[in-house]
Amino acid sequence: MSLDPSAWIALKLSLKVACWATALDLLFGVALGYLLARKRFPGRELLDAALTLPMVMPPTVLGYYLLVLIGRNGAIGGWLQQFGINLIFTWQAAVIAAAVVAFPLVLKGARAAFESVDAQLEQAARVLGVPPFGVFLRVTLPLAWRGVLGGTLLAFARSMGEFGATLMVAGSIPGKTQTLSIAVYEAVQAGQDDHANLLVIVTSLVCMAVLVTANRLTPNRNPQA
Amino acid sequence: MLKAAVAMALASLGATASAAEITVSAAASLTNAFKEIGAAFEKEHAGNKVLFNFAASDPLAQQIVKGAPVDVFASADQDAMDKADKLNLLAPGSRKNFASNSLVLIAPQHGRVAVTSLADVAQANVARITVGNPASVPVGRYTRAALEHAKLWAAVEPKLILGASVRQCLDYVSRGEVDAGFVYATDAAIVKDKVSVVATVPTGTAVTYPIAVIAAGPQAALGRRFADYVQSPAGQAILARYGFGKP
Repeated sequence: MSLDPSAWIALKLSLKVACWATALDLLFGVALGYLLARKRFPGRELLDAALTLPMVMPPTVLGYYLLVLIGRNGAIGGWLQQFGINLIFTWQAAVIAAAVVAFPLVLKGARAAFESVDAQLEQAARVLGVPPFGVFLRVTLPLAWRGVLGGTLLAFARSMGEFGATLMVAGSIPGKTQTLSIAVYEAVQAGQDDHANLLVIVTSLVCMAVLVTANRLTPNRNPQA
Repeated sequence: MLKAAVAMALASLGATASAAEITVSAAASLTNAFKEIGAAFEKEHAGNKVLFNFAASDPLAQQIVKGAPVDVFASADQDAMDKADKLNLLAPGSRKNFASNSLVLIAPQHGRVAVTSLADVAQANVARITVGNPASVPVGRYTRAALEHAKLWAAVEPKLILGASVRQCLDYVSRGEVDAGFVYATDAAIVKDKVSVVATVPTGTAVTYPIAVIAAGPQAALGRRFADYVQSPAGQAILARYGFGKP
């Protein structure tokens, strides 16, 4: 089986979007996961719920929110317009949609991982004079990294598969914003089953590979002695 | 089996003997007019219900080809209907043209770029133009043919934002997310306050809508009556009110 050029382009675009979305999620997910795990503040669980919302909300609702926010006349989109930045119908909009949808997976994984780190070990490091950020980097993160990584890989897989919200804010421009999942949709709509079959197999294989990797890295699969 | 049959009979008590539900798959551009026709049909055929499935014509044809339990299919061009016709899925003799429409170029009312003629779509400052995907949406095919004829397609193609149906394109223009778009005159009329019609675009083949009864539909007989109703003076009057022309 050989990949035709358009499938290659869609695959590469999907990978690019998923990589960027995952990187953003990792950055914010670790920061907010740590905050939720370690700090006590009013509205903590409310914040957790709000950040988890994208995972359970219908993609159409999310897509609409994003369209209203980052569209040309949207609250953020309108403001960006004056700097000549236009997000809607660009691959960056696909990154935003994928990042928002997949974010809870990193957040949940990171929060659970940080909560499982023994606070006494962090205290010991502080007593020994390690500055707070150093404790985080040299004690907390190394102990929590499996959980963080597991969530991150799931987020990557979810980003690869993102469809609904992406279609609404990034459109379906072949070569520019037409990711694998959207290319599948277009092929089925047009009745091009052969092309759809090929794209479906490619998507399934990539997602399987990511999930197998994620499973291997999940803590309970590899209990530490 | 018997119990189930009795239960079903009991459940349908209160409705008339011929009470049934038909499913009508119709092109997205027919949404408003067909909803009204459906309501009028239900009034005349008390107890019966019309369920609508609106989308771009090609996906609707695909669903029928794949065996969806649809009774009536109304598409926005002949190509989409041909897909079902070629596989002998239409009730013989039931395929009729029942309405016509025209293709228009529209722009957001307070757009960033002034679009004043069809030729403007080739200008560099008109950066984004939305149209239905020609592979699956009839309005996209009409547009491509018209622009190819006008020698504008090559200039427009790189700027295209492909919509999944004509109504999605209409939404993109109403929201001002694109600079211009191609829809039917009847679509533009729905959001007069948000979009302005720049020009009527001459199409090579006339925009005509065929309707047909699906042979394998679960309620083919009632489906036939609905198809007839659409073509009756009452149905045609409703279509005319939404701006559709005679076939």
